[in-house]
Amino acid sequence: MTATDATTRPTPETVRMTLREAHKQSLRAALDHDERVFLMGEDIGAYGGCFAVTMGLLDEYGPERIRDTPLSEIAIVGTAIGAAMNGMRPIAEIMTCNFSLLAMDQIINNAATLLHMSGGQFNVPVVIRTTAGAGRQLAAQHSHSFEPYFAHVPGIRVVSLATHADARGVLAPALEDPDPVILFEYPRLMTMEAEVPVDPDIVDLSSAAIRRPGSDVTVVTYGATQHTVLDAAEALAADGIDAEVIDLRSLRPLDDATVFASVARTHRAVVVEEAWRTVGLGAEVAARIAEEAFYDLDAPVARIGCAEVPLPYAKHLEDAAIPQVESIVAEVRRVMHRG
Amino acid sequence: MSRPSPGRFRLQAPPNLDAEHGLDLLRTMVRIRRFEERCVELYSAAKIRGFLHLYIGEEAIATGVMAAIDLDDAAVSTYREHGHAIAKGIGTDVIMAEMLGKVDGVSRGRGGSMHLFDAATRFYGGNAIVAGGIPLAVGLALADKLQGHDRVTVCFFGEGAVDEGAFHESINLASLWNLPVLFACENNHYSMGMALTRAEAQTDLALKAASYAVPAWRVDGMDVLAVEEATRKAVTAIRGGEGPVFIEYETYRFRAHSMYDPDLYRDPDEVAAWKQRDPIPALASLLTELGHLDEDGLATIEAEADAEIDVAVTFAESSPLEPLDDLERFVVSEVTP
Repeated sequence: MTATDATTRPTPETVRMTLREAHKQSLRAALDHDERVFLMGEDIGAYGGCFAVTMGLLDEYGPERIRDTPLSEIAIVGTAIGAAMNGMRPIAEIMTCNFSLLAMDQIINNAATLLHMSGGQFNVPVVIRTTAGAGRQLAAQHSHSFEPYFAHVPGIRVVSLATHADARGVLAPALEDPDPVILFEYPRLMTMEAEVPVDPDIVDLSSAAIRRPGSDVTVVTYGATQHTVLDAAEALAADGIDAEVIDLRSLRPLDDATVFASVARTHRAVVVEEAWRTVGLGAEVAARIAEEAFYDLDAPVARIGCAEVPLPYAKHLEDAAIPQVESIVAEVRRVMHRG
Repeated sequence: MSRPSPGRFRLQAPPNLDAEHGLDLLRTMVRIRRFEERCVELYSAAKIRGFLHLYIGEEAIATGVMAAIDLDDAAVSTYREHGHAIAKGIGTDVIMAEMLGKVDGVSRGRGGSMHLFDAATRFYGGNAIVAGGIPLAVGLALADKLQGHDRVTVCFFGEGAVDEGAFHESINLASLWNLPVLFACENNHYSMGMALTRAEAQTDLALKAASYAVPAWRVDGMDVLAVEEATRKAVTAIRGGEGPVFIEYETYRFRAHSMYDPDLYRDPDEVAAWKQRDPIPALASLLTELGHLDEDGLATIEAEADAEIDVAVTFAESSPLEPLDDLERFVVSEVTP
């Protein structure tokens, strides 16, 4: 990963760290700040976390707060929900969003539903961390991007964390949220380094972020893909096309106001995501632009997503399936009538 | 294929049965029965809609279990939960208002029959995904343990829930972490139309629970006194820090699965045999034999229950509907706790 975090600028009081370390610092801050916080999940303790995010936390905080669980996704999420309803602030980890499907019943039928179904009596302040994304040749049961499945559901907040600032700043507001929050992390970014302020900023969970201002075309994306999009934007700039890159960041609720304001300036929009295009977040964003910003457009909204296949193992097939700098550049040029 | 047998027909009086306590148990069972019988009428009158799963025949379990736990203990229930809710102490008026979909219902008309919730009595629903409430109960118990609360969580589920992975994941975790949960399995022998003997290769449910290193035993769920005694023993152990207990309460539902169910899968003779074990006349007979109850006393209990349900129905019918402007409330919390 060669991309850098566009939101941070080196200043005298900065420190260099990986995204993995940023996630870990956030967890440590949460554990230090609130004694009701505890972590539970598979191999988060003795093993150190499957992506090493929780490495060392068991020694620091002990087994009561860093709770290794059996391979029981239903019980992990359901138990965290119950604990959240009874005074605790659990952070449950599901290794990858492919595995989160095993816990989908608990997430949707309980976490997202109980407040409404109980007439406002039982809120569920649970945080669920999981991961998404391809790029490591892990094939179809470890590589998918299921953010849209969760963003479909009223009653849960869905946030994607692909920058150091977001990784470090997200947990405090997520834990203060009285309702369920699902955080998506991205394994292929874990070793990405950035220069960050010593003291992290708090992140607004509900807003999109403009990662690169531009005037010619709005490129809307989220998650790890934004770094590919930012690389594409630099390539386009060399070609005289100034792309504005928006990271949705909050996938539910969607900060469509930021998207509409950008489209009003650029008059063109391309949506790029690593999930399948069909019935995805890109489709939702394109629909909202069509509903609310149609007369600002000089060209139809374009969408780039994952090829409609289960992600394959072979590197050339995997690369071809997900958005790449070249495919993004080509699509933006087409929308700019420069193809 | 063996048919579920109703077993013995006479209750045994414990040597120290307190008359007033015995009458309280009877009152609760009669209140539940009369509440649901009225629900059937209201369903036929199209005032209650959706699914209506009746507990008629199984009242001894909710009544005996709730008598054995403290007010501050939590209960997690299923879609067949009217009896649990009433025995836990939720008013029949606000439950009936929920049945009618009114704003004064326990869940403000958003849950209906299957989703009764009440924070005040620590009644955590009304879960209509079979086994979906079980991990929730484990989490409630984990939070109690982590916060040093001396509380127990009772988790009701049917024998059909034992088919689900959620049951196995949850009881294993509760055992592993030594959590204060009573796994209260109401075995009425049919999950909708599926007989236990057709669904499970091993039909000894207590044996399955015991395989997770959880003390497990079977109780006659038609005998409210046996239910209470067994539950009290379990709750004492759980509160003493000994970890979860599993009890299989063997029972039978006298009605179909829901109002939609034509009940084609049960032998009428089998149903008739189990009705002979009706827990309400069984307790009434025992209390009469012991001299604690006579015909007038029983009539009074029934009349009081009817009067209570009359009041509940009047309350429910006069309760307003939730304004449409409030449709989208409670999707996200309105105040930060």
